[in-house]
Amino acid sequence: MKLLPVALAVALALGSSLSHAVTLRVANQGDVQSMDPHSLNETLQLSFTGSVYEPLVGRDKKMGLVPLLATKWTQTSPTVWRFELRKGVKFHDGTPFTADDVVFTFKRAAGEGSDMKGYTQSFKTVRKVDDHTVEIETNSPYPILPDVISNVYIMSQKWAVDNKAETPVDRRKGIENTASFKANGTGPFRLRERQPSVRTTLVRNFNYWDKVESNVDDVIFTPIGNDATRVAALLSGELDVMEPVPLQDVERIKSASAFTVLQGPELRTIFLGMDQKRDELQFSSVKGKNPFKDKRVRQAFYQAIDIDAIKARVMRNASTPTALMVAPGVRGFQADMNKRLPYDTEAAKKLLAEAGYPNGFEVGMNCPNDRYVNDAAICQAVAANLARIGVKVNLQAETKVSYFPKILRRDTSFYLLGWTPSTGDSHDVLSALMATPTDKGQGQFNLGSYSNPRLDELTLKIQSETDEKKRNEMIREAFRIHQDDVAHIPLHQQALAWGFSNKVDLVQLPDNRMFFKWITLKSK
Amino acid sequence: MLAFVLRRLLQAILVMLTVAFIAFMLFQFVGDPVTNIVGQDATPQEREQLRADLGLDQPFPVQYVRFVGNALRGDFGLSLRQGRRVSALIVERLPATLELSLVAALLALFAGIPMGVYAALKRGRFLSQAMMTLSLIGVSLPTFLIGILLILVFSVSFKVLPSFGRGEVSAFGPWTTGLTSLDGIQHLILPSVTLAIFQLALIMRLVRSEMLEVLRADYVKFARARGLSDRAVYFRHALKNTLVPVITITGLQLGSLIAFAIITETVFQWPGMGLLFIQAVTFGDIPVMAAYLCLIALIFVVINLAVDMLYFAVDPRLRVEKPAGGH
Repeated sequence: MKLLPVALAVALALGSSLSHAVTLRVANQGDVQSMDPHSLNETLQLSFTGSVYEPLVGRDKKMGLVPLLATKWTQTSPTVWRFELRKGVKFHDGTPFTADDVVFTFKRAAGEGSDMKGYTQSFKTVRKVDDHTVEIETNSPYPILPDVISNVYIMSQKWAVDNKAETPVDRRKGIENTASFKANGTGPFRLRERQPSVRTTLVRNFNYWDKVESNVDDVIFTPIGNDATRVAALLSGELDVMEPVPLQDVERIKSASAFTVLQGPELRTIFLGMDQKRDELQFSSVKGKNPFKDKRVRQAFYQAIDIDAIKARVMRNASTPTALMVAPGVRGFQADMNKRLPYDTEAAKKLLAEAGYPNGFEVGMNCPNDRYVNDAAICQAVAANLARIGVKVNLQAETKVSYFPKILRRDTSFYLLGWTPSTGDSHDVLSALMATPTDKGQGQFNLGSYSNPRLDELTLKIQSETDEKKRNEMIREAFRIHQDDVAHIPLHQQALAWGFSNKVDLVQLPDNRMFFKWITLKSK
Repeated sequence: MLAFVLRRLLQAILVMLTVAFIAFMLFQFVGDPVTNIVGQDATPQEREQLRADLGLDQPFPVQYVRFVGNALRGDFGLSLRQGRRVSALIVERLPATLELSLVAALLALFAGIPMGVYAALKRGRFLSQAMMTLSLIGVSLPTFLIGILLILVFSVSFKVLPSFGRGEVSAFGPWTTGLTSLDGIQHLILPSVTLAIFQLALIMRLVRSEMLEVLRADYVKFARARGLSDRAVYFRHALKNTLVPVITITGLQLGSLIAFAIITETVFQWPGMGLLFIQAVTFGDIPVMAAYLCLIALIFVVINLAVDMLYFAVDPRLRVEKPAGGH
């Protein structure tokens, strides 16, 4: 009989806590494409699944490395990293987390259908030492390995096998995969419901191994593609957080007293590239030679661009002009080298004349119009700037679906591109954008085929250099070479813009990831 | 009769094959799906391998025949974007679009007809003038603008109706509907009104002009001469004759309601086929685009075929196809 009042009290307490469940309503312009953490190497995908799944090594609020599923990591030899795994962690279905899951995950991430192969390509083996220790051996010394694997989320081997999800969705064979609409991670939130392009619901994992500062019980994520509707849904109180805020609506949302717009610099750098390989420029009035092979021409283009005007007019001040190809926050960023060549039309004209083009020339320019913030407008501004020094730009701005195949085939003379080093390290930029293209993936996005042997040599050394100071010196040298050669024309880092109600307390990371464990909803 | 039906069927098949060809051409000319499937870091070899696996390296006619064969079985492959069966995606999205289109069509019909009758009978009155002006706006304003304006007024300013999504839906087997809950109905109001406005204006103007025409007809004069009440004349005699073209038009417009729901669905994030199509376009998800094109073509073809058959039943003149012998 005594039990009854207790039971009643518990029931009441439960009832009241249920009725006050804190729901966070989030919208993004696009949907997470799959729940499978290895199927797509893309920001929104990794950001969202990062609340359900966890990597061995994670990021803190300042982008520093923190232990998540690994508690400690050390290099036992230059090519071997040893990870001690956290004990007592359970997946959402109750299966304990062990070294087998880690070995399985890296195998899956490196295998068919995975989009995360780039992160594991220099791995030789991943082996289990005991139930809570794992070693990763690489082909050559790999000092930034913990950074790199912060994007590889750990899956349960048992669950994957039971659900026939041992490989990420393989579109080639036309086979669907349970992991693309169900999830079983170790993270602070569990997947409750997945309706692609309609709604995805998460609930708090109360068996989470760590304390969570968030008071959010469930998260409803909705993709809203139309800018105006997304803004309206926030203003009408149907959403708590949405991103991105269209630049033209930033002021309007800020002026509403119940809402805030948080703008911060994104790690992505927007830049221009020039074809420096062909002996005759493809889309140009100049015949028989390639003006971009002449550094003076590249520098003239650089100095002709009025970056402050682009910032003020095109980007409505939501950009940070840059002289480097990496953003502050990327390891290897050199603050003292971040000084742009001055904007100087006269100097640019003089350089062009010296190079033998006193009357300028014509050149085609490729530009996406739906990939980066105001991308096509930036290109128009650049074209107008270049017209002042006599260069006539034939701008072709088009959708990313047709733009990317074209520039990836290197069918371009002059193009605009953006790049975020997914490892958070300068080596990624050196290897993907600056090093001479090879068929092994190096220089894959060096679409103008800029080439400097010394920079190639430094890139290789930087990958395996373990001494932080020496490594930084080499990065400096490589960036110096790149700047002196005017190999690319860096423009700016665009700003992230998240709009949210004043009830929301959140952390914005410069790589544009939104982790729900850091979001708190204040009651009014 | 049989020859007529067969000929119509043959034409329908020809139309479908042509549309299938256009849909298939998408695979050749719109974007490059490979770039979208693999991430930025894939090597050129991986890209080539994927191209081969997807059959994109085979000759054109082979790909077309295979495409039509698969399409007949309702198999459009896997969505490049979601990695799920296109047929499953379409089945999932179809109820939302049909519900929206049907509600919009009913709205247009049941508001448009009375308004048209009123505007015809009370010509020159302030209210009917206002209706005519409004209908002009309804016909000329683009749908997305109407949608955004409605959102601005009813969601942002008055906060009485939701601005996006379908709200709470209940499922009956593969069918989902929002009509069973208050939340679902609230979510349906703004999108269906937006979609209905053009049709409503169209029907209203049509009813009005037909009605004016009919009211001048002799039998109406005779009806009056017989001393029938206004009500009987207007509603029993005049309106009935007005409705024949209205119903034909409404039937035909149902197809375009379904097809043009794209814009309304985009504005209201309504999870129907139109939204699926738009998302597919921005991603270059060609299997989904192709399936959508074929399905919409099928809907139009079926509706037209049905209308043709109805005409055949209604209009005896159509039955006289060949010079009839004897006379």
